[in-house]
Amino acid sequence: MSDVILEMRSITKTFPGVKALDNVSFSVRQGEIHALVGENGAGKSTLMKVLSGVYPYGSYSGEIFFQGKECRFRDITESEEVGLVIIHQELALIPFLSITENLFLGNEQSRKGIIDWNESVSKAKELLDRVGLHESPNTLITDMGVGKQQLVEIAKALAKKVKLLILDEPTASLNESDSEKLLELLLQLKEHGISSILISHKLNEVSKVADSITILRDGATIETLDCQKDSITEDRIIRGMVGRDMTHRFPPRESKIGETIFEIRDWNVYHPLHEDRKVSNNVNLTVRKGEVVGIAGLMGAGRTELAMSIFGRAYGTRISGKAYKHGKEVDLSSIDKAIENGVAYLTEDRKSYGLVLIEEIKDNITITNLEAIADAKIVINEPKEMTVTSEYREKLNIKCSSIKQLAVNLSGGNQQKVVLSKWLFANPDILILDEPTRGIDVGAKYEIYTIINRLASEGKGIILISSELPEILGVCDRIYVMRDGKVVGELPASEASQEIVMKYIMTQQEVMA
Amino acid sequence: MKTLTTLFKSNVREYGMLIALIAIMAFFQYATEGILFKPVNITNLVLQNSYIIVMALGMLLIIVAGWIDLSVGSVAAFVGAIAAVLMVKYDFHWGVTMLISLLIGALIGAFQGYWVAYVKIPAFIVTLAGMLIFRGLTLVILQGEAVGPFPVPFQRLSSGFIPDFFKTEGFHSTTIVIGILLSILLIVLDWRGRRNQQKYGFEVTPFYFFVAKNVLITGAVLGLCYLMASYKGLPNVLVILFLLITAYAFLTSQTVIGRRIYAMGGNEKAARLSGVNTPRLLFGTFVNMGVLAALAGMIVTARLNTATPKAGVGFELDVIAACFIGGASASGGIGKIIGAVVGAFLIGVMNNGMSILGIGIDWQQAIKGMVLLLAVFFDVYNKNKS
Repeated sequence: MSDVILEMRSITKTFPGVKALDNVSFSVRQGEIHALVGENGAGKSTLMKVLSGVYPYGSYSGEIFFQGKECRFRDITESEEVGLVIIHQELALIPFLSITENLFLGNEQSRKGIIDWNESVSKAKELLDRVGLHESPNTLITDMGVGKQQLVEIAKALAKKVKLLILDEPTASLNESDSEKLLELLLQLKEHGISSILISHKLNEVSKVADSITILRDGATIETLDCQKDSITEDRIIRGMVGRDMTHRFPPRESKIGETIFEIRDWNVYHPLHEDRKVSNNVNLTVRKGEVVGIAGLMGAGRTELAMSIFGRAYGTRISGKAYKHGKEVDLSSIDKAIENGVAYLTEDRKSYGLVLIEEIKDNITITNLEAIADAKIVINEPKEMTVTSEYREKLNIKCSSIKQLAVNLSGGNQQKVVLSKWLFANPDILILDEPTRGIDVGAKYEIYTIINRLASEGKGIILISSELPEILGVCDRIYVMRDGKVVGELPASEASQEIVMKYIMTQQEVMA
Repeated sequence: MKTLTTLFKSNVREYGMLIALIAIMAFFQYATEGILFKPVNITNLVLQNSYIIVMALGMLLIIVAGWIDLSVGSVAAFVGAIAAVLMVKYDFHWGVTMLISLLIGALIGAFQGYWVAYVKIPAFIVTLAGMLIFRGLTLVILQGEAVGPFPVPFQRLSSGFIPDFFKTEGFHSTTIVIGILLSILLIVLDWRGRRNQQKYGFEVTPFYFFVAKNVLITGAVLGLCYLMASYKGLPNVLVILFLLITAYAFLTSQTVIGRRIYAMGGNEKAARLSGVNTPRLLFGTFVNMGVLAALAGMIVTARLNTATPKAGVGFELDVIAACFIGGASASGGIGKIIGAVVGAFLIGVMNNGMSILGIGIDWQQAIKGMVLLLAVFFDVYNKNKS
């Protein structure tokens, strides 16, 4: 059982400006469940994309051996051919097709191009039995819950004669009992000789099913733990995940914190599609003048949903709760009202929600407050616009050939500075920054932190949502921790450490500070 | 000369289309042995294409916003029919009729805009339905017959010419005077804009380019006015067109509303999250289209001096084609008023030129289709290259 099925040797993968993987080695033994853990951005998904051929051979350096043979996958079909199947966090099923149709998509049971439905359905039944899903093969995907859809994904992998199954956060959107079932299934598959790689944030699950654990941090392998030999505790894993040098990654700051300027009370939000799902649950939150407040939590903890629902109800339905500014209740029922009342929200997805990519930098900056550069609030005063936007270009150090350059041609860090400029131009008192440093390099991150410090010292209240704990700890004065739409912890940064915050995030029971 | 090449490259789409228009004009001028630029033909060309241009102004906004309107031909016919019935059967005053007609256009736009902007039904479907609905209602109102003729003041909307205040024999002096005043105004405006930009220290185009551009524009304006003057002078409809084009060019490039429409078309979600009330803006864009379609409907009706059930069939295709030939992007966010106008003229010149040459409607359509495809291919090709 101990022969190696997969070996990845010194994998290095760089994106413009960022080294995502740095000389990573990773191996999986035949018939084991190998957990891959690490913080968001540690390089787990990138490593799996290299493995499955999403990043084709040549776009990375290093070697991959599967069952003793070197593999140079050019795309995902080639990796599937040898029995490597990846199941992504966002399921790749087609909602309005049946289970059978989804199972054999791209692999249709056909003779001369004509589908043999009897053969398809009977094979589908067989596969569904193997994963323990008792549904008619004709059920449409859209009529099933996420847990069952996950099982269909696995059945689809089995249809492709999978030898090594890769699951990226399979239980992130599942409830307790569905998660349980899924893990049980992984153990069963192991009995039948199918190895799996399990990427997960839920350490209790990892310690339950994994035979070995590899920890990634900042694009490098930190260690591989053998669960039979080493004694593994969650604390042990967390230490491996977060331990890093913290000096000089954040500009120093002196906080001058004033009175409370913004407050959210009893904030409840429901999912826009699943109307009985609460995505924000009785959230209370305060921000003081000159304060940077962090919201930590996993993806899907409801942080973005909370922020967007506060910002003019841009997300969710049946929103209830009250918002106060300087002690007075404010109306944030639409986005223009929120902006008018001095609230700004910088999106986590700058390309889809933050920028009009086909427009110029200056147009992107002024869109939040066009009246301010328009004569009589109607006719745009172009010289004024150029002057104002040039100031932001200088102040935020946006590197571009001209303020008239198209946003699409900027690097990630500079795009983010344009989005920041646009919200500064709206002149808010409260700035909600959602993952402001996602996908940008270390240097640009430092600049963004400096800007955050400056804004705080100017007396603005800042809410920083981030999945990177060091960032939360390095920038914030106070930290909220969210899980499942609830605030499960609040602590001053001076008392926080990565281990403590991670415990709030990961532990299923509430911890009292 | 380096600046000239870069200038051309960064504006290749607009200059390219203008050059294509000039080339096609030159070709037909040669092929028709000089008929194209005869004063009477130039006047006809303007009259024949005025309603396409009027609707192209509204259509451009809709396309920039990211949608399309297939109903404009039917709406134009419907409004024309109502105007005809009001004047001929109920003896309404022509002025009142025109006001009512524009109002009906606005209501139709509001009706379609409501479904698109607030109920979120794709505009393709809503306006396809509108195309059928208003074509059908046109037949209902006219009861299958042609209705006309109309009071003379209404006819003047499209067949009248501005009066000549100088009463020169055989030559319309007022037209020339207007041409000269207009040329001076354009030069002054351009000069002031340039000075303003220099004052703020922004880069401006080289001086020789400025001179060349103004010489060309002045030449075109004066040339056109001269041709018109030697026939019957400026048509009323050309004056309306000029005012509308100016107003919409200003709206799209200089105003808050215009900027927001481009942002909405470029990225609806980002625009909404920036505080732009996108549903209301989209609704307004459709109301505007309705009003312009109503105006076009009246121009067509006035020109034919009858309202017929078949009026306006296929207009939407010429209007949409004009916008795309003029460089608008089907995915929204890109497109200029001037581009749409040039596109409309390009189609107009081809229609006119091919008709003079005696090319049948069958081949005319096929050739226009090819030109549309070529123009858009040119777009895609340029985008991929950069």
